Amino acid sequence: MSKSIWIVRDYLRCTGCRRCELACSLHHEGWMWPEASRIRVFMPFPGVEVPHLCAQCDDYPCVEACPVDALSVDEGTTAVLVDRERCTGCGKCIEACPGRVPFLHPGDNKATICDLCGGDPECVKVCVEAGYNALRVVEEGMNVNRKLFARDPIEVAKDIAVNLFGEKGEEVI
Amino acid sequence: MPGGYAGKFLEVDLTREKTRNITFDDATLEAYFGGRGLAAKILWDRIGERWPEVDPLGPENVFIALTGPMTAIYPGTRICCSAKSPVSNGTVGSTASTEFASELKMAGYDGVIVTGRASSPVYILVTDQGGEIRDADHLWGKLGEETIKALNREVTGELTRRKPNIGLWREPGIIYIGPAGENRVRNAAVITKLCHACGYGGYGAVMGSKNLKAIVAKGRGPLPKVNAPEAVKLMWRQVHRFLISNDRMRRWGTGYAGYEVGADTSSEPIRNWQEEWHDERSYGGPIFETRFWVKKYWADFNCTTSCMKISCIKSGRWKGDITDMPDYELQAYCGTNFGIFDPADNIHLSALLDNLGMSGINGANTMGFAAELYQRGILTEEDLGFKLEWGDAEAFDKLARVIAYREGIGDILAEGTLRAAMKISEMKGVDVMPYAVHVKGIEIGAHGTRSDADYTHDISYAASVQGGDHTSVAVDGYSEMSASVFTDSAVICNFCFYGVPQELVFDFAKGVTGFPITRENWRTETGPRIVTLQRALLLMGGPDIVWKPIVDDDNPPRFYEPLPSGPYKGKTTSRELVEQKRSVYFETLGWNERGIPTEEALKKLGLEYLEPAMKRMRR
Repeated sequence: MSKSIWIVRDYLRCTGCRRCELACSLHHEGWMWPEASRIRVFMPFPGVEVPHLCAQCDDYPCVEACPVDALSVDEGTTAVLVDRERCTGCGKCIEACPGRVPFLHPGDNKATICDLCGGDPECVKVCVEAGYNALRVVEEGMNVNRKLFARDPIEVAKDIAVNLFGEKGEEVI
Repeated sequence: MPGGYAGKFLEVDLTREKTRNITFDDATLEAYFGGRGLAAKILWDRIGERWPEVDPLGPENVFIALTGPMTAIYPGTRICCSAKSPVSNGTVGSTASTEFASELKMAGYDGVIVTGRASSPVYILVTDQGGEIRDADHLWGKLGEETIKALNREVTGELTRRKPNIGLWREPGIIYIGPAGENRVRNAAVITKLCHACGYGGYGAVMGSKNLKAIVAKGRGPLPKVNAPEAVKLMWRQVHRFLISNDRMRRWGTGYAGYEVGADTSSEPIRNWQEEWHDERSYGGPIFETRFWVKKYWADFNCTTSCMKISCIKSGRWKGDITDMPDYELQAYCGTNFGIFDPADNIHLSALLDNLGMSGINGANTMGFAAELYQRGILTEEDLGFKLEWGDAEAFDKLARVIAYREGIGDILAEGTLRAAMKISEMKGVDVMPYAVHVKGIEIGAHGTRSDADYTHDISYAASVQGGDHTSVAVDGYSEMSASVFTDSAVICNFCFYGVPQELVFDFAKGVTGFPITRENWRTETGPRIVTLQRALLLMGGPDIVWKPIVDDDNPPRFYEPLPSGPYKGKTTSRELVEQKRSVYFETLGWNERGIPTEEALKKLGLEYLEPAMKRMRR
């Protein structure tokens, strides 16, 4: 059985190349489809790039919120799994997520959430290969900090902007 | 449908406020590919024999923003803008890296073709649902930074209202113009992402002349299907491995060249090309990097070259300015060319020109030209309204603004270097042409030819169908046909192309499209077809200027003056070599001794439709 893993993200190292989205969609969709990628990089201002993906909250509010029990937690990786047969595309999981991370797939309108590729995430491989290390896999058990990463990407972007641009950063987003 | 194409193009008639989807047959796509090549063909089809009469800034010009079949799939995603150029009166394939291109493809479009002129400011929104013309009154007059902020907010908000339940919408891709484009400054650029510019060609002015502030795209579909998906996936990984091994480009981009090209190869514009050598260590790459680069690896969609580095000034008089490195071209043109060797001043002026929407190469060339006229007492403080000394960043800041807003003397300088030189010569009764550094109206990029130590030589600009464009230079024989003409038509980035084996790139092109494309047939057929078409349109020119073959197929006078300083002191461009190589270049392409395509060449390249016009010209 796969170990419990987590994708640690370092926003300031993200270049905005979005190869993570291409690798993710190649794996899950068989072709390049950034809007179907389980990781989506938001860039509300040039240079301010926010890789946005499931934070694996320790209390899994999305799983709790699903009215048809389509979401579950993988016993090994601790990723959220979506039963696409059951999912009705109601969007309750999106509302329940503090970071509004899940989205409805542009093809079939079903909830779409990172499944950690079963324990060997493709997005991380390409990011590390390129030497950016904005994404890395860590083998860590559940902890309270994870949920802090489940934030609205625009809020995250506002913080990144100040980090990059100082005072000017307060006004760019 | 060949692979790589989304399959349709959006046509927008701004006069009649109508949009419709159009397609091209497979043979046209194979013959002209995309971007630069296909744009030239579309322009011919729509303007044709009327070319010499069409005013590039009138409603009958056609503004085109195209991807190519490889765009977004091959690493390094760009858009190619084109139209009849208000600077060269020909065509330029003017490209910039941007997510606008990938978003367009994901919305199901290969490009946008804009005709007519809107009665008031508008922008075009392209989504999976099609194209729509939207009001831009509230955006008109806004600088680049404000335009991005406003459009991101507005379009994301609008799309969320239309489809609120699918989760968070991401920001769209945007190409836009600043005040310079709105005011039809001939060297206005089409800008994207704050500091990426389609600079050559003056297409910002064309957008402005159509009352078109921006084109915005947001798509949710996959990238287009390709002919051989498994092979393309494999090659995609291979190409990225080559890019990732290009350590120097990834570390510094071209951000160390502001010192290097002056100090090492003596080919950097200094004080309007009066010199090309300097050894100013204050302008060294490590100073830019250490003091100003806040993000050292910055990239556009599907790129691991990440040659871009974001600069931000956090203290001092220019606090709050944001741009990229600046790259070499702007370190030179908005720095050394103004006699400025201070990185903060350079970053400020680069950011300012981007924000105003003026090409940081071409507009800055005109500014350097004006400063030399001031140095020589031809333009005075009275003419300008201020002193314009070399190295004075405040003065160049003022100059950029008067040009962008066409105030006072700025109205003349807004016509670009050549046209301004013609007017000033007349106005002052002095021939100022010796100080105008351009080829066929297109100001020359920041790589000189006199030292012969850079990649640019004798006929690089003189024979090029894109004049002073440093990204697409002429080479004797036709080796450039499989480089820049290819990348501009496939619409991929040069910096994701050089350093990758050409066979791999062409295999990629074949895998994507399914066309029987090889490097060889690009060099000898498709590339020459595109360049010959561009040459014909360039020679047809008009309405204000028509180029004289040979006379105008030459370097500016300054490029024949001996270099006054540095290790290459005394060297200059060889006239004999220019003449010899120009002849070889024309001959190789099947053009006659005056560079007019022959009937035989037109026939061979499938350009028979040009014969009547070329026949008249050959007489």
